[in-house]
Amino acid sequence: MLEFIRSDTKFDFASKMKMAVIGSLVLILIGAASIIYHRGLNLGVDFAGGALIQLKFQKESSVDRIRSALEDAKIENCFIQQFGSRDSNEYLIRTAEAGIDLKEFSDRIESALTSIFGQGSYEVRRIETVGPKIGKDLTQKAIMALAFAWIAMLVYVGVRFEFRYAVGGILALVHDVLVTVSVLSLLNMEFTLNTVAALLTIIGFSINDTIVIFDRIRENLRKNVKGDLRQIVNVSVNQTLSRTILTSFTVFLVLVALLALGGPVIFDFAFTMFVGTIAGVYSTVFIASPFVLAMERYFPSRGRRNK
Amino acid sequence: MFQDIRLRTLIALLVCLAGLYFLIPSVVPNLPDPLKNLFMKRKIQLGLDLQGGMHLIMEVDTQKAMESTMERFANNLKESLMARKIKFRNVERTGGTLISLDLATTEARSEFEKILMDQYPDLEVKSSEIVEGRERVILQAKEKRVADMKRAALEQSVETIRNRVDQFGVTEPEIVPQGDDRILIQLPGVKDPKRAVSLIGRTALLEFKLLDEENSLDQAIKGNVPPGDILARGARVDQRTGQRSESYYLLKEKTLLTGQNLEYAQVKISDRFGEPYVSIKFDSQGAKDFDRITSENVGKRLAIVLDGIVHSAPVIKERISGGDAQITGTFTPDEARDLAIVLRAGALPAPVKILEQRTVGPSLGQDSIDKGIIATIIGGILVFVFMVIYYKLSGVVANIALFLNLILLLGAMAAFEATLTLPGIAGIVLTIGMAVDANVLIFERTREELRLGKSPRASIEAGFTKAFLTIFDSNLTTLIAALFLFQFGSGPVKGFAVTLTIGLVASMFTAVFVSRIIFDYFAWNRKIQKLSI
Repeated sequence: MLEFIRSDTKFDFASKMKMAVIGSLVLILIGAASIIYHRGLNLGVDFAGGALIQLKFQKESSVDRIRSALEDAKIENCFIQQFGSRDSNEYLIRTAEAGIDLKEFSDRIESALTSIFGQGSYEVRRIETVGPKIGKDLTQKAIMALAFAWIAMLVYVGVRFEFRYAVGGILALVHDVLVTVSVLSLLNMEFTLNTVAALLTIIGFSINDTIVIFDRIRENLRKNVKGDLRQIVNVSVNQTLSRTILTSFTVFLVLVALLALGGPVIFDFAFTMFVGTIAGVYSTVFIASPFVLAMERYFPSRGRRNK
Repeated sequence: MFQDIRLRTLIALLVCLAGLYFLIPSVVPNLPDPLKNLFMKRKIQLGLDLQGGMHLIMEVDTQKAMESTMERFANNLKESLMARKIKFRNVERTGGTLISLDLATTEARSEFEKILMDQYPDLEVKSSEIVEGRERVILQAKEKRVADMKRAALEQSVETIRNRVDQFGVTEPEIVPQGDDRILIQLPGVKDPKRAVSLIGRTALLEFKLLDEENSLDQAIKGNVPPGDILARGARVDQRTGQRSESYYLLKEKTLLTGQNLEYAQVKISDRFGEPYVSIKFDSQGAKDFDRITSENVGKRLAIVLDGIVHSAPVIKERISGGDAQITGTFTPDEARDLAIVLRAGALPAPVKILEQRTVGPSLGQDSIDKGIIATIIGGILVFVFMVIYYKLSGVVANIALFLNLILLLGAMAAFEATLTLPGIAGIVLTIGMAVDANVLIFERTREELRLGKSPRASIEAGFTKAFLTIFDSNLTTLIAALFLFQFGSGPVKGFAVTLTIGLVASMFTAVFVSRIIFDYFAWNRKIQKLSI
């Protein structure tokens, strides 16, 4: 029988909680500092509004040459970057300027590039223009979706388990989102619609892990009503540890495939999922379950006493 | 127990066959004829990000629509008052959507109120005061009617845009109102997005106005526009350079005729220069008006104004009856064709503004499909191999379940005609990663039971039973997240939520139900002594 994790592990996860919480808080604080340093999240056109144009050149070009072509046409304040692999000759041109005529903007860029590089020397592969109104709408929708997803999980876990479990589970989810956003900000990665989709998926996956452990805690509590909760939490986390790691591992396998082969458009999504999945496993083991234990210390459950 | 297994196998087979049945038309695009009729036409739809195309969100300026409705009311009111011989002065639209008028005497007020009640149920008196012996009345639209008018403007815009797109020739466009004043437009496979946008987005308000040749144009350009006149730009394009040069016209403000009275518009090529022009024909009312206007103004210049820009201002040489006219200018063939389309489809009731535009070229879409498929296959293979290495024969069972899961997922997407997007492909890959979770839970549990010294049969039994509730609980919470994703998302993200949801439901079935059949078969019928797990 092949085992990554020996079946008789006896890690004392509960005792690591303080360290884990401090570690996470430090990371989140660094993330917050990074967000302040970058003057907010690096919002893509979906949320900030503005225009994005993806170009593919026939021959090799460079960011500098494109910039000088645009500057000749008096188009400034553009963010130009190479997109995808080095030899694909693809570039993204972005502007976050709100309030300009977005349609005219893409026309101006095209005519500027055509006059320098020539007709047919490049292909416009993608244009996205988002007005400030839509950007605001999408931002609001994204925040609402995340918040409601949390609330719905809180209610579901509260009903299926106990409220204290639900709070622990949701704290873990909030943790996952905060950590992921922190890492994205540290790397100054763009925040797009796909990022939010990834965050919501992370929430779904992470609570999944958490519930498996909660389920085991509940089962072990039934078997051993008088047992020490701390021990039971530890045993439960250990018992499910191999499953937690295995499932995350298979998700990692496919994420690696997506990161390496899925192309640049999907890269941000896959990367966000990647970070979130790590945060999810970590929080499931070190945050959610120990939190149930901590709650027990300060608010002992009457149900268990009476049994 | 054998009976039971047979029944369950039958169910599983039927479900999988149904999945295959729906999937085949999507995977094999060109079925030979006799087979073709056996299958449904339903297919997995490709999102705009995969097949290329344009996504637009437009905002209808419903305030402007209200203003022009009130303008119309004001003009009609003038005529109604004249018809009833009520003395009045200065009927005009003021402050956006109000109408103000002065009645000569207080006696006229009751007469006026009667007309208002009988003929203008949408209007009501906002306020009235006596100014210099005359009664000044301010009218407004009734509050509950305002929403209806705005709604009507939105619906009319949707209808007009749909007409234009249909004539432009786009397969399976989607044009739907969204919220109070927005229109969502999806145009798959559009080759020339710029042209499509200008076709959809222009108001196409065609007006005929007389040129003011008595007052000085130069003075007007300097800012001294005479009362009752407007200054309009001309669309003069230099033939050689293609540059638009600025030219101005001084027009009488009064609109003599609009494009509303058009019956037909068509592109024609002029005999002399081979240039395209648009030939228009008025309906009977329009023809009558045009006849009258031309006969009254022989020798003057009549400007043809489209969306505030003067296209041409020919001299009326003689009275024109019959209702035929031409719009000439310097058009390219495409421009002339588009102009004919918008004139036929009619003007938008109000200007529209682009709030959001996303265009994906077909080559990028194909790239995304290719890369997505490769990533899915490689990701799938990695998981398959890992499962066999880790769980041996049981891993093979899990892989069978996983494979069926993929067939069910894609089959269900075809059956629902769900849209596959790029994030949706990522959703499929993730489903592969997640779907094994149910099997991992069951296998780990079974291993635990085996360690306790139970027989393979009892271990399988316990493994499946104990893991089931966990699987159910954990998948349900992921479903909740997917639900909010669906609510939140537009286009691509929605496609992701769809694949995630279907994948989760399918994985519950394959991992719990189907793999159990295989295990039971070996445990009960073959009575295996050792479990390869």
